[in-house]
Amino acid sequence: MVTRAMEAPAPRRRVRVAGAGTSLSLGIAVIYLSLVVLIPLAAVAWKGVGGGWSEFWAAVSSPEAVAALRLTFEVTAAAVAINAVMGTLIAWVLVRDAFPGRAIVDVVIDLPFALPTIVAGLTLLSLYGVNGPLGVNIAYTKVGIVLALIFVTLPFSVRSVQPVMAALDREMEDAAATLGAGPLTIVRRIVLPNLLPAILSGIGLAFSRAIGEFGAVVLIAGNLPFKTETAPVYIFGQIENDNPQGAAAASLVLLMASLALLVVFGILESRVTRHEG
Amino acid sequence: MKAKWSLRAIAGGYLAIVLVAPLAVVFWSAFRHGLGPVWDAITSPDAIAALKLTLITAAIAVPANTIFGLLAAHVLVRRRFTGRRAFSALIDLPLALSPVVIGLALVLVWGRDGWFGPWTIDHGVTVIFATPGIVLATIVVSLPFVTRELVPVLRELGVEQQEAAATLGAGPLQILWRITLPAVRYGLIYGVVLTTARVIGEFGAVAVVSGNIAGQSQTMTLYVQNQYQQFNLTGAYSASVLLAGIAIATVVALRLVNRRGAK
Repeated sequence: MVTRAMEAPAPRRRVRVAGAGTSLSLGIAVIYLSLVVLIPLAAVAWKGVGGGWSEFWAAVSSPEAVAALRLTFEVTAAAVAINAVMGTLIAWVLVRDAFPGRAIVDVVIDLPFALPTIVAGLTLLSLYGVNGPLGVNIAYTKVGIVLALIFVTLPFSVRSVQPVMAALDREMEDAAATLGAGPLTIVRRIVLPNLLPAILSGIGLAFSRAIGEFGAVVLIAGNLPFKTETAPVYIFGQIENDNPQGAAAASLVLLMASLALLVVFGILESRVTRHEG
Repeated sequence: MKAKWSLRAIAGGYLAIVLVAPLAVVFWSAFRHGLGPVWDAITSPDAIAALKLTLITAAIAVPANTIFGLLAAHVLVRRRFTGRRAFSALIDLPLALSPVVIGLALVLVWGRDGWFGPWTIDHGVTVIFATPGIVLATIVVSLPFVTRELVPVLRELGVEQQEAAATLGAGPLQILWRITLPAVRYGLIYGVVLTTARVIGEFGAVAVVSGNIAGQSQTMTLYVQNQYQQFNLTGAYSASVLLAGIAIATVVALRLVNRRGAK
């Protein structure tokens, strides 16, 4: 109060500082965002549905497109389900088990975030591919695609759960143990319900990432239509074959699915949280 | 005790099967005949050209997205405006998009038959199947990271220090350099490292918009794919080892930044 009395212009300054240059910043940011995201996406939407719904429908209901979309959702569901279980288990070990070398394992979890996806695919093929040292061969199989998706989405599954698990109040578990609950009952009735929102959010993120994955899948899938061709690989093929309308239509389906999944898992997450609270 | 060890074994086994063992095999395959072949492979003319293109791309895309990230985070934290949520959602959107879809989107705008493509070609600039397209594609896929890292730290920082500086007569640029940037530096570095890793590693979007011509429009990741498909495994593994080395350095750097930022 005293300072304000002494420095009359202070309040005006205050406003200027809090929003210093925001109008210019906003203008530049909006133009940049329009150029790199909004206009390109509008072009996809226009190409996909601009010729009318019947053309859009014809493109996405072609047998090859349907097969690619179905395969994408199958392999994604498998990979995400496996990682939801294993990611939670890994998070448990990282949080509750003080084993030597934990810091290294913790860093390794992040590697798929930073590793180029094409290297991820090549990496899996070098061990599990045609001439791999183990004699197994996952090239051109669904198992191979699932493995690739597991690789790229593992960090989402672990990192969504880990901080929540670290913040869990151990007193609840101790109380349950005092009342005679066994370890499995405690996990099932106390730990898992508390983790459920975090697990769901991890599933949503992993799903959204996996249905669009291209680099990690492309070498392994081998791109046999109707067999191992996922939707992103199909879209890539349509672009190369000069069928941008077909590519755009399938792209819109992928985009809508990705957004819908993020919204659905966001709602599930908040609903579960509310019930717990 | 038994439960603890079996959990360790399951978690460790899973990580080994999915992640560690395959990576180890790539490194072993690359270095099995010593350093020589790896060095020869990554210093071949095509590999050097690919490395150069990747570095040029990073040198444009990373600063561009860093400046955008600073502006966007500033606007999102300090200002309430109509469409703010849409603005924020649009920034995050590339994370929910398949890289292939991003590539397609750019072709539809900047390609020969695209919205703006014919105009740029008339003015002597080819975007698609050339370096500008590759740069643009990596800019789109790596757009969200700096903004996402900066928004929470900027919000936490508040405005008091900036106001104090302004009261003492500092101009907006001085405030930015001497107060705001130092205060948010770890968040900023984290975002820039994530952006760089994504730029170097991008494959799908770049595969669509580049002509994938060896020595001309091939980035490192395209070079890996190309070598693999031509059955030149030494070339593919060597370039992969280089990229994997960068990725490992990235995650270690992020961990160090994170630890310092937490202090």
